[in-house]
Amino acid sequence: MIVTRLAEVWVYLAQTPLLWLALTVVAYAAADALHARLRRHPLAHPVLVAAAVLIAVLAVSGTPYPEYFEGAQFVHFLLGPATVALAIPLHRELGRVRARARPLAAALLAGSTTAVVTAIGTAWLLGAPRATLVSLAPKSTTTPVAMGIAEKLGGLPSLTAALVILTGILGGVAGPALLRLAGVRDPAARGFALGVASHGIGTARAFQLGEREGAFSGLAMGLNALATTLLLPAILRFLGL
Amino acid sequence: MIRGFAVLLSFQLAGEALSRALHLPVPGPVIGMALLLLALQLGAARGEGLRAVATGLLSHLSLLFVPAGVGVILHAHLLASQWLPLAVSLVASTAATLAVTGWLAQRRGPGEEREETAP
Repeated sequence: MIVTRLAEVWVYLAQTPLLWLALTVVAYAAADALHARLRRHPLAHPVLVAAAVLIAVLAVSGTPYPEYFEGAQFVHFLLGPATVALAIPLHRELGRVRARARPLAAALLAGSTTAVVTAIGTAWLLGAPRATLVSLAPKSTTTPVAMGIAEKLGGLPSLTAALVILTGILGGVAGPALLRLAGVRDPAARGFALGVASHGIGTARAFQLGEREGAFSGLAMGLNALATTLLLPAILRFLGL
Repeated sequence: MIRGFAVLLSFQLAGEALSRALHLPVPGPVIGMALLLLALQLGAARGEGLRAVATGLLSHLSLLFVPAGVGVILHAHLLASQWLPLAVSLVASTAATLAVTGWLAQRRGPGEEREETAP
């Protein structure tokens, strides 16, 4: 009796966006609390944990992704205004940005090129076909830019979308520790590297390190979108792809 | 708060419109960020009203990536079919990019005073 009643409630709730919106926010809040409990252990990165939990819930309940996204799109939508909001911390750091414009420009060009060349090079050595190489190449830029580039140059845009997210999570999880290992201790440089290597998810991680890290990361994310768009076709031609 | 949000959405809209109209290779929100930065520099927009909503959005920026993170399952078969080259490439490339960018970015610009670094 109560089971059929629960099933009715489930059917009703599953049709409204509220269920998946609420579960997305609850899963994130729980993942964030866990992250704090584990003293911000990198492997407990809240995007990784929340997404894994939600993927399991979708699998168990047999919910297709488009149905999930009906609810989750409200959270997803806020990425736009949040990106615009990056101008505010950046406004306060602009003096610092100007003072080191040259090292930052060099870091951007070298970082953007490194991202593309190493992604293609390693996958090529392991025998990946051209479509995969092109799909990998823009993985450090923000999703819409990366998908646009992949499509134009003969990659698979949907594969690129997944690779972009995985790159972001990888940078968010391992980035700060790796930068420490590499001897990069300057807050602005740490933020800038996170933004170039792993776009918005890296920027989200950078804001947890500090507001200066976040500001420089947001700047790097925006600039790398531009740099990769301009550099990637030339790099592919140079590599003969 | 609500005025700040109205400002953010307006700049996003302007960025989106410019990006489309001029076929710019950068997405609308990034153009919106550049436009808002310009407005703040010129004093045409005030930072204080925006700060609350910006801090709210940016302190939990990670949350906003969860729906896209869940979306990775859509491509599980594509990823699984070539997992080795993809995994090696992502790890090696992300690490190399972080190190190269970080090293070059922490070189001091001319005339910049020394500042405290993270412990």
